[in-house]
Amino acid sequence: MTSLLRIAGLFLGLSCAGQALAADIKIGEINSYSGLPAFTEPYRKGWEMAVDEINAAGGINGNKLVVISKDDGGKPGDAITAANELVSREGVVMLSGSFFSNVGLAVADFAKQKKVFYLAGEPLTDAIVWSKGNDYTFRLRPSNYVQAAMLAQEAAKLPAKRWATIAPNYEYGQSAVAVFKELLLKARPDVEFVTEQWPPQGKIDAGSVAQAVEAAKPEAILNVTFGADLVKLVREGTTRGLFKDRSVVSFLTGEPEYLDPLQADAPQGWIVTGYPWYGIDTPEHKAFLDAYQKRYNDYPRLGSVVGYSLIKSAAAILSRAKSTDTADLIEAAKGIPVDTPFGKITFRAADHQSTLGAFVGKTAVKDGKGVMVDFKYMSGSDFLPSEADAAKLRP
Amino acid sequence: MELYVVQFLTGLANAASLFLVASGLSLIFGVTRIVNFAHGAFYMLGAYIAYSLTIRWQTPLGFWLALLVAATAVAVVGALLEILLLRRIYHAPELLQLLATFGVTLIVEDAVRLLWGPEDLVGPRAAGLSGAVSVLGRPMPVYDFVLILLGPAVLGLLWLLLHRSRWGLLVRAATQDRDMVSALGVNQKWLFTGVFALGVFLAAFGGGLQIPRDAVSHFMDLSIITEVFVVVVIGGLGSIGGAFLAAVIVSELNAFGILILPSISLVLMFLIMAAVLVLRPWGLLGKPLSRARSMATREAAAWKPLSPAGRSAALAATIGALCLPFMLGDYGVGVASEVMIAIIFAISLQFLMSVGGLDSFGHAAALGLGAYGAALSVQHFGVSMEAAIVIGPLVSAAMAVVAGWFCVRLSNIYFAMLTLAYAQIVWSVAFQWVDVTGGDNGIVGVWPSDWASSPAAFYWLTLAAAVAVVALVRHLTFSPFGYALRALRDSPTRSATIGISRQTIQHIAFVISAFLAGLAGVLFAFLKGSVFPDTLSIASSVDGLIMVLLGGFGTVSGSVIGAIVYKVSSIWLMSNTDFPRLILGSLIALLVVAFPQGIVGTLQIWMMRSRLFAGRPQEGTARLAETGGLS
Repeated sequence: MTSLLRIAGLFLGLSCAGQALAADIKIGEINSYSGLPAFTEPYRKGWEMAVDEINAAGGINGNKLVVISKDDGGKPGDAITAANELVSREGVVMLSGSFFSNVGLAVADFAKQKKVFYLAGEPLTDAIVWSKGNDYTFRLRPSNYVQAAMLAQEAAKLPAKRWATIAPNYEYGQSAVAVFKELLLKARPDVEFVTEQWPPQGKIDAGSVAQAVEAAKPEAILNVTFGADLVKLVREGTTRGLFKDRSVVSFLTGEPEYLDPLQADAPQGWIVTGYPWYGIDTPEHKAFLDAYQKRYNDYPRLGSVVGYSLIKSAAAILSRAKSTDTADLIEAAKGIPVDTPFGKITFRAADHQSTLGAFVGKTAVKDGKGVMVDFKYMSGSDFLPSEADAAKLRP
Repeated sequence: MELYVVQFLTGLANAASLFLVASGLSLIFGVTRIVNFAHGAFYMLGAYIAYSLTIRWQTPLGFWLALLVAATAVAVVGALLEILLLRRIYHAPELLQLLATFGVTLIVEDAVRLLWGPEDLVGPRAAGLSGAVSVLGRPMPVYDFVLILLGPAVLGLLWLLLHRSRWGLLVRAATQDRDMVSALGVNQKWLFTGVFALGVFLAAFGGGLQIPRDAVSHFMDLSIITEVFVVVVIGGLGSIGGAFLAAVIVSELNAFGILILPSISLVLMFLIMAAVLVLRPWGLLGKPLSRARSMATREAAAWKPLSPAGRSAALAATIGALCLPFMLGDYGVGVASEVMIAIIFAISLQFLMSVGGLDSFGHAAALGLGAYGAALSVQHFGVSMEAAIVIGPLVSAAMAVVAGWFCVRLSNIYFAMLTLAYAQIVWSVAFQWVDVTGGDNGIVGVWPSDWASSPAAFYWLTLAAAVAVVALVRHLTFSPFGYALRALRDSPTRSATIGISRQTIQHIAFVISAFLAGLAGVLFAFLKGSVFPDTLSIASSVDGLIMVLLGGFGTVSGSVIGAIVYKVSSIWLMSNTDFPRLILGSLIALLVVAFPQGIVGTLQIWMMRSRLFAGRPQEGTARLAETGGLS
């Protein structure tokens, strides 16, 4: 009996020792830290918090989760160098992250070539899961298509028939306008698009653009510009009366990253997608918000939610796979449910897109700051094409 | 009709802010011949400081006071920079100052992020000027009218300063012939510092003026710098009136262009510049540049083919490079491949710049066309990597045949700017033609053939290509063709009299250089597995310039060292630090001061000096005299 106990104790001791010595599980993370700090700093705070929470709760099946983060400077080529370093030198079990669509696509293709699992966070392009989708790549954020579908649904409720569009002249703006047009025309065949403006990203000549749009006398405007371009457009447009008595539907404008800099200049009554962190009273979000504010003494941006949910998703996939083999990770990721501050999401098996959604609401100015009001959360699963249809979009 | 009037006025308002920044750049270039890359950084710094002041002083007077204080503060920074950094390198090859000011730009970008945080800042509107007035029934911001008046006012003040003051007289004299001004006993140092500070003041003031219209962000510098260069070149370098005219033309064409073709603004400016340069090579109101007489000559010494010792060293370096895969891991080998590709790119540019005397600001076009040529033929025709390696450079060379025909008609900075326009036009085609090039999302899935897919095999491929290209360029440099090219560089007039056709020879050099850069582009595409328009961007052209200047503008193949130093340090900094630009910028500034002739160029001079003291005085003294008395 004693000898049995001794053997059991020995095993116990061994397993304990095994746990203490458990190897770190390393995840590689790439983002445009030096190129786009306004987005990536809150994002980094988000994922750092997630890593600590995961490890405090026992890590990945007892192993410590370590995230090794690299900067891509906003260039696809540099992202590949970083991916190479993470995979070849650091020996990470999966790649994650990235902001720009082209960087995301480059890393996704690298993942396919090198047979590495890649969990994309922010890139919005539809191509990453559809026309250029591959087995190794999954994507967290609601895509361009989903956001366009949400906004088109709201736009269809408006009486406006004459629409104008203003979008940055690159793939993101082009596909946002194309999908929005297609979906709105499907819902409202009586709608016509009377003018399009395509300012270069970051270099909008806002006064001239505002005048040109005004000249077409639209009843409603779709805006896809963001960042500094949005500030210029809002200022010039407001002064020139472009938005007076017109409905405006706008991509991403409700995200704190883009709404907060506008302060009291924030537009009023625009229908936008975004993240009203101050008004979401679900328990999941409240827990996230409290933890975030306690830790950083700052409020979260949408980037914080993306970073947090990204690493939570990665951890869920690793825990479920119980292995770090790429094929196992892919199997584990298909249809996996993940708890995020926005509620439960799943990564769809057919097209590797998560069902994370966005908040759609109206902008308003409160206490000299832009906020979202009358918002509701819309889940990605209600707007994505069915899994069978989505599967057909993939090569 | 009302629309056209309002659109015209909007164009004028835009022209005013563009003119302010451009006039400063034009002034600085006219007198000091500095291609001030940091002009955009000063513009941005002016905006940031003005932001901090305007949110505190929100009165009508406070707003303008804030702008003046901010611009003065930045002008002081500019003057200090000129005294501490640029003054040390006036005798270095002209473009080295471009490198120094590029370093400063990198430093400022990270510095504003450290000081003001990462988020875009939106300042207050100008107090008392935030409303709109009705013009023919259309509201037009009051602030725009202020700008419309401010543009000509500043033009007038500058004219008075330049034509009615003694200082202005000296500035104009120095713009025409600065050596003569110096010979007449005018203290050039303080004249240069003054002009530089004034130019920086105008840039910073222009930055502050954007506060009521724009968000203040750390992208501001890059978004303005190319625009003002274009305006200055269209107007004619050194011509303030020309800058004004060009700013108005560019802004008005843009304001009306978007009514007809909304996507035109991406490339419009460069189309105008290309057209102007082809028709009027010195810009609208510019004059041919006089060559400064006291400038250092391009070479540190007369070039010679490698000595036996040099050959052995090169052979040893190659053998060392061959063994790298046995010492480095897969990642290290990947980086080494990237360095080899950078070497090919840099040496192809050096051939054009150092040997041909043709400073290209648009070498990215050659790189990117090679990459796109290969990627498109792989994607659409499924050709193999081996075929793509031939096709890419041929595409690049073929395009260079056309573009070069226009470019080589110009020289100096005008040649540089036309190549820049060429690269931007190619970039915008790659960016806009989504159906073929994939636009911003690029082309993916361009991976090497199986035999070259291991990191080591691909590295050996790039190494072989790099060695072949360096050897070829050196061979060409010392061939009769190279001599003809160098003769044209050193004295176009004398070369013409002995029957060397400038355009033919330089055109051929342009095409050869594009072919070699295209090879770098193909290898880059296969290394990364993808091609994106950023290969064709200005940043990519600037990378090439940095590598050549860092290695040694006056050397045959110093850029090999330049490429290694620049690539390795930027990759390392990117991977290991949070503020890569700050460190890289400081490193560049330090290297510029320590090695004013580039790393290889300066080392060669040191070696020459040591030879001088080792008892071969005759040759050494002569060479030192030729280099412009660097001591």
